[in-house]
Amino acid sequence: MNKLEKIQNEQVKPDIKGFNVGDTVKVHTRVIEGGKERIQIFAGIVLDIKGTGVGKSFTVRKVSYGEGVERVFPFYTPRIARVEVTKRGSVRRARLNYLRSRVGKNATNVKEAASARDVANA
Amino acid sequence: MSLGLLGRKLGMTHVYDNATGKATAVTVVDVSDNQIIQVKTADKDGYTAVQVGIGEKKPGRINKAQTGHFAKNNATPKYDIREFRVEADAPAAGTQLNVDQFAQGQWVDVIGVTKGRGFAGVVKRYNFSGQRQTHGSMMHRRTGAIGCRLTPGRVWKNQRMPGHMGVDNRTVQNLQVVAARPEDQILLISGSIPGPKGGLVIVRPAKKKPAPAAK
Repeated sequence: MNKLEKIQNEQVKPDIKGFNVGDTVKVHTRVIEGGKERIQIFAGIVLDIKGTGVGKSFTVRKVSYGEGVERVFPFYTPRIARVEVTKRGSVRRARLNYLRSRVGKNATNVKEAASARDVANA
Repeated sequence: MSLGLLGRKLGMTHVYDNATGKATAVTVVDVSDNQIIQVKTADKDGYTAVQVGIGEKKPGRINKAQTGHFAKNNATPKYDIREFRVEADAPAAGTQLNVDQFAQGQWVDVIGVTKGRGFAGVVKRYNFSGQRQTHGSMMHRRTGAIGCRLTPGRVWKNQRMPGHMGVDNRTVQNLQVVAARPEDQILLISGSIPGPKGGLVIVRPAKKKPAPAAK
């Protein structure tokens, strides 16, 4: 199975790392419109990081005009230019599904701002 | 039919196209150790074809007749042997074939033997809907009615019923080669192909799509 794993591992790039579940991030996505490429930002909280290898993905949730919007990104897709971390969160869950049932300010704000120790561990 | 390659299905994964960012599901096929074992000619055999083998076999595992056949044609013993009908001027016996004969973007057909499903019911075998699971229903995945009454008074031929499923020869036509990698002798073929991992498959240029311009 080595030849198959080789193809998969080739696509796994280390450079996108540096965020964790609970962080508030800006995902810079490449959008191709009419032959031109531009960067579109999707900003929100990282709900979960799932899977391994090429199939790894993460979910970002934001609340837009009162409506929750979630987007699942493949970890290693070339459509992501970079991921910028705006706020470190400190959470005690691997998946923050409980955020979905929250309304209003709580929906986005409840992430505890990280202490210096949390950032170091992240 | 033109010359193709034998291969072993390694499994599926996906690859990204860096230009468009699109992910394509691909099946990885290992085509290493393809060797021409015999060239059949119209004079001698009545038709033109080449016999191709894949997979090294220990010399002690084959009988004398086979030993002689391989030795006569400068080939090493092979596990699986298949024939490709070709026009004249085939490469000589003993030639190693490699992945170069398929180019990126080329259309191919893949022939393989599907996975065995054993004795399967109609829901699995023919995608029947089945009946309701609840509300007192006691016929969940049964066949249902198979015909009428006095007219015609018999069951039509080819009525779909439970039976053995899988282990059939299947050809998947018009799949695209996403990449051909000479260093590993593997083909990345878009989409799925018949058979289990490790199963023998035949990859040939597509019959119903034009071949790429001559190399």
